Amino acid sequence: MSKYTEDDLQKELETKEYKYGFYTDIKSDTFPVGLNEEVVVAISKKKEEPEWMTEWRLEAFRYWKEMVEPEWANVHYQKPDFQAISYYSAPNSKPKYDSLDEVDPELLDTFKRLGISLDEQKKLAGVAVDIVMDSVSVATTFKKTLAEKGIIFCSISEAIKEHPELVKKYLGTVVPQRDNFYAALNSAVFSDGSFCYIPKGVRCPMELSTYFRINQAGTGQFERTLVIADEGSYVSYLEGCTAPSRDENQLHAAVVELIALDNAEIKYSTVQNWYPGNKEGKGGVYNFVTKRGLCEKNAKISWTQVETGSAVTWKYPSCVLKGDNSIGEFYSIAVTNNFQQADTGTKMIHLGKNTRSTIISKGISAGQSQNSYRGLVQISPRAENARNFSQCDSLLMGNKCGAHTFPYIEAKNKTAKIEHEATTSKIGEDQIFYCNQRGIDTEKAIALIVNGFSKEVLNKLPMEFAVEAQKLLEISLEGSVG
Amino acid sequence: MSLKDKLVSSYLAFEDYIDADSHIHEIRNKAIKTFENSGFPTKKEEAWKYTSLNSIIKEDYCIFPKKENTVEFKEVKKYFLHEIDTYKIVFIDGVYNSFLSETTHDKVDVCLMSSALSKPKYKAVVENYFNKIAKDDSLTSLNTAFAKEGAYIFIPKHREVEKPIEIINFATGNEAALLLQPRNLIVVEENAHVQIIERHQSLTGNAVFTNSVTEIFAEKNSSVDFYKVQNDNNGASLIDNTFISQKDGSNVSVHTFSFGGKLIRNNLNFYQKGEHVNSTLKGITIIEDKQHVDHNTLVNHIEPNCESHQDYKGIFAGNSTGVFNGRIIVEKEAQKTDAFQQNNNILIDDKATINSKPQLEIFADDVKCSHGCTIGQLDEEAMFYLQTRGIRKKEAQALLMYAFASNVLESVKIPELKARITKLIAKKIGVNLGFNL
Repeated sequence: MSKYTEDDLQKELETKEYKYGFYTDIKSDTFPVGLNEEVVVAISKKKEEPEWMTEWRLEAFRYWKEMVEPEWANVHYQKPDFQAISYYSAPNSKPKYDSLDEVDPELLDTFKRLGISLDEQKKLAGVAVDIVMDSVSVATTFKKTLAEKGIIFCSISEAIKEHPELVKKYLGTVVPQRDNFYAALNSAVFSDGSFCYIPKGVRCPMELSTYFRINQAGTGQFERTLVIADEGSYVSYLEGCTAPSRDENQLHAAVVELIALDNAEIKYSTVQNWYPGNKEGKGGVYNFVTKRGLCEKNAKISWTQVETGSAVTWKYPSCVLKGDNSIGEFYSIAVTNNFQQADTGTKMIHLGKNTRSTIISKGISAGQSQNSYRGLVQISPRAENARNFSQCDSLLMGNKCGAHTFPYIEAKNKTAKIEHEATTSKIGEDQIFYCNQRGIDTEKAIALIVNGFSKEVLNKLPMEFAVEAQKLLEISLEGSVG
Repeated sequence: MSLKDKLVSSYLAFEDYIDADSHIHEIRNKAIKTFENSGFPTKKEEAWKYTSLNSIIKEDYCIFPKKENTVEFKEVKKYFLHEIDTYKIVFIDGVYNSFLSETTHDKVDVCLMSSALSKPKYKAVVENYFNKIAKDDSLTSLNTAFAKEGAYIFIPKHREVEKPIEIINFATGNEAALLLQPRNLIVVEENAHVQIIERHQSLTGNAVFTNSVTEIFAEKNSSVDFYKVQNDNNGASLIDNTFISQKDGSNVSVHTFSFGGKLIRNNLNFYQKGEHVNSTLKGITIIEDKQHVDHNTLVNHIEPNCESHQDYKGIFAGNSTGVFNGRIIVEKEAQKTDAFQQNNNILIDDKATINSKPQLEIFADDVKCSHGCTIGQLDEEAMFYLQTRGIRKKEAQALLMYAFASNVLESVKIPELKARITKLIAKKIGVNLGFNL
């Protein structure tokens, strides 16, 4: 029988090197470091943006200058020097591709090494991939199929040029420029991102997906995503990230805005695997993301995330349940290892009547990492019959890591029904014993238990994403997840 | 002049009529500096996010009452647990009242903080224990700076106190606004056992602000049952800071019954400094009007093989606000910890608010920790069932609310106190509970 124990697993987790660390050498068009109004204007000019957009960016920049970095999160890190970052970098050759054959072979190779080649993706299930290499979109596939349905799926800079009325109407309505320090910074300097519009009553026929990677040394990445689902429409949006191994810390401050109009449904899934730093805790990505969705009447927004990477994560995908009968969901697995720190969770703001929300959060901490769940459930005085169910479970491996739960529950309506529960445990000796007894060796038993622990969330991922999610979970928990 | 400035300048006057040469004085000097630097907590501080002291600290409080006030026993009899014999330590406007009290030095010490601080025979105990577990947050420091009077209870080894001890602080309302800062020290040595009931009661609607600090030291295998009855007038505000240090095998339970007062804040802190320690924190809150009750608990699991059990129930009517902020910290040495925390709330009226923040901070892997929090209403089907059996709506509601709170009541070990609390609950719910409980 195998002598694989939890200690071995822990050892293995600690020594696990970042598998996908590499660096693609593509000539980049990069701005000098530093941030001021001229840089903001220059970014805007570079992107050939209309004047209102430049003004919008400048407004955000002015708010940002007045703001201070938030310190309330349960994470400790060397604060980034915002004047030592280059705020724009784009791959050099930028022709528009119609087919994969025209794409720079080196780029294709990059994706192959990530194990998520476009070919594979295409074959798998017809996923339209809007690839973001550093900051500028270089390939968009399946665009034609989408166009037939009237669905707009393009980079946000393209959307600003071609669909200014939509962008103008919705950009910054869910996450205002002055929302928080990082959202303001993003609003001022965002370089690119994705834009998606689903027209009335259309059910998007395929999963939409974007891959983010940080590639250029010393460049922060500021993505901006805007998804609008018009009345009665449905869309499932996938986002996955990996980043090359690098020593200095990289900043990632994205903003994602979702708008679900009456009767619409948005499903937003994320697999995040930025470089977490090496096992001494050196390097790694800072991930300070603002994600928020707005639900109108009978609308539904569902966030699913698998977080395995980043040195520091600060992320709270939220739902504003404005319309009556709207639904918000949050399913999350956060895995931290070595010196990783994650402070993640959600906010469910119940404003409308009969609104419902569900929160399922699973945290797995190993090594010397710190994993925190921080969530808010707020029932406003007008939100009659609001309903919330929250469950936060943590699994600890070793006594050098920490698992923390900080839920905030605020009820101002007597008809509210709120349930919150949290548990913390380790893999029980009796559980392992039970498995051993039935002929399952310890390694498989641990795999079984970890798998079962995360299953509630993994099940929520779309089929097409399952392969990727499984792969990324393996990086953090290889040897335990079968 | 703000209350903070007034307090800081009064400290000089305070020094005049205490023994400034005592070894305690250095602690006092340090504490007033801490308070001077930090001031009263504001909503900007995470621990005070849901509770504002602004409406309380704007009053012009009398810090040192001018004369000794007295009250007639028959006027205040109902506040004592008069059905049974008890030791009593009674203060009127912060001054010890020997007429109403019943203290003892027979084998155990049930007496006064002022004598413990001044008499040489207590010096060793005071040096060992005074201000050793209290935190140095601003309100505790404020109390430490003005620490002069309160209850002093010392139970030596293998001693069981034969009857409960009542600590009662009366405010007469002779002053328009009065600030009280009682300071209690309770030391329970190995294998000893004690039951204590604490109560703050103002006799008029005048403003009273009590900032109380209690330190409890439970040595090896000792057992302490502490009951806090908080059913005060709407002019009275209470900040109760209680710090408990537990050694191996000790068993401490604190029950808090919050039924009234303008603002109540309970800072209840448990530090488990030994193995096989058991801590119990339970509470029932039933409030209405604009009352505000904030339970802020901390259980710090420092050593392995310990247990803690928390259960807080709240019923909120009118414009009242309930806050529950429960923190469990499990240090990395504290393996095999079993920590449980539960907070259940019922909102009765539209304008009532509940803010709940149950927190877990865990650094050890071999532990069993869980917390649960619910906010909801009385079960409609159960209401319907009772009504079909001819029980009126109001009584049915009362029955269900009583049932909701009852498992906190079950662990009260003094039957007379249990009966008293049951009556208080019935009165709060506004019915005569026509059944024998």
